[in-house]
Amino acid sequence: MKLIAEPYMLLTITVGMYWITKLLQNKTNSVLLNPILITIIAVICILKSAGITYDTYHEAGKYIEFFLKPSIVALGVPLYLQLSKIKKQVMPIVISQLVGSIVGILSGVFIAKWLGASKEVILSIAPKSVTTPLAIDISSSIGGIPSLTASMVVMVGIFGSVAGFKILQLLHVKNPMSRSLSMGTAGHGLGTAQAMAISQRFGAYSSMGLILNGLFTAILTPIILAMLGLI
Amino acid sequence: MIRQLFIILICLAFGEIIVYFTSVKIPSSIIGMLLLTAALHFKVIKLKSIQSIADFLLDNMVFFFIPPGVAIMCYFDLISKELLPILASIIGSTFLVLVSTSFTHQVLRKIRSKKLKKGKK
Repeated sequence: MKLIAEPYMLLTITVGMYWITKLLQNKTNSVLLNPILITIIAVICILKSAGITYDTYHEAGKYIEFFLKPSIVALGVPLYLQLSKIKKQVMPIVISQLVGSIVGILSGVFIAKWLGASKEVILSIAPKSVTTPLAIDISSSIGGIPSLTASMVVMVGIFGSVAGFKILQLLHVKNPMSRSLSMGTAGHGLGTAQAMAISQRFGAYSSMGLILNGLFTAILTPIILAMLGLI
Repeated sequence: MIRQLFIILICLAFGEIIVYFTSVKIPSSIIGMLLLTAALHFKVIKLKSIQSIADFLLDNMVFFFIPPGVAIMCYFDLISKELLPILASIIGSTFLVLVSTSFTHQVLRKIRSKKLKKGKK
């Protein structure tokens, strides 16, 4: 095995890239210097040019990925801290999540269809706004390609976390709860992680978006696609 | 720290157990999140006994998404075949979800707080 393909080498590269881009972003405040976006692109370039497969990278990556599920569990802490505030607005939250879920499924399907995507791609795109394990389940139940769905989910999350708050700012969405909630709806875990980077309060609302949109999309995707005659 | 790690892992483990026995279509991590919220709410565990590991996990959440992101490299061929519809759909739809959700929530909130004010009068 090549030296660079050793897990500790790949871990050092990944952590180092992320640390440097984070420092750079703090210095420059540039949206394009998004640490996760740059790190993913840089790691892929390094792997491709060194001829290392994803499976080899995964031997290192799995140690980072391990923390993903525990970090989602940890969202229970801000959720608990904001519980009384969330209880006061159950209706606005539930209704806006329902709207977001339907818009997400319909717009994803229609844009792809309009631009001539194949049926497998359309079906794989439908559940793209929700967290990966859920999206994979939905995708396979409606006849999409689960692994393709998984990468769409990541692309959605990256776009949401890079551009989300900027878009909301340009649209003059001022209410912090509306902002962070929709980050979770549109950008699932990554959107929530971005909201969490601002404050734990933002993270709590965003988790509500992540949970409710996940549940609604799981229930509604098969129904909506059947109504459209796609499955 | 070990005790804190144990609390997180046991929430996750209960999530896995629930998924295994009921075969509900909800990720174990989300069930674990709700269990942790409930455990804190009903004072089964104290906030103090979980705070520092939760802060570590939450502060670095973005970073943990890097390996699944790198996995995109496996699907380059599939994605590049239909790049335009995929990219347009992802960007367009994510934009629309952000707009529709945040606007709906903001409007409903305003209506609700107006009603509350009227009720107080």
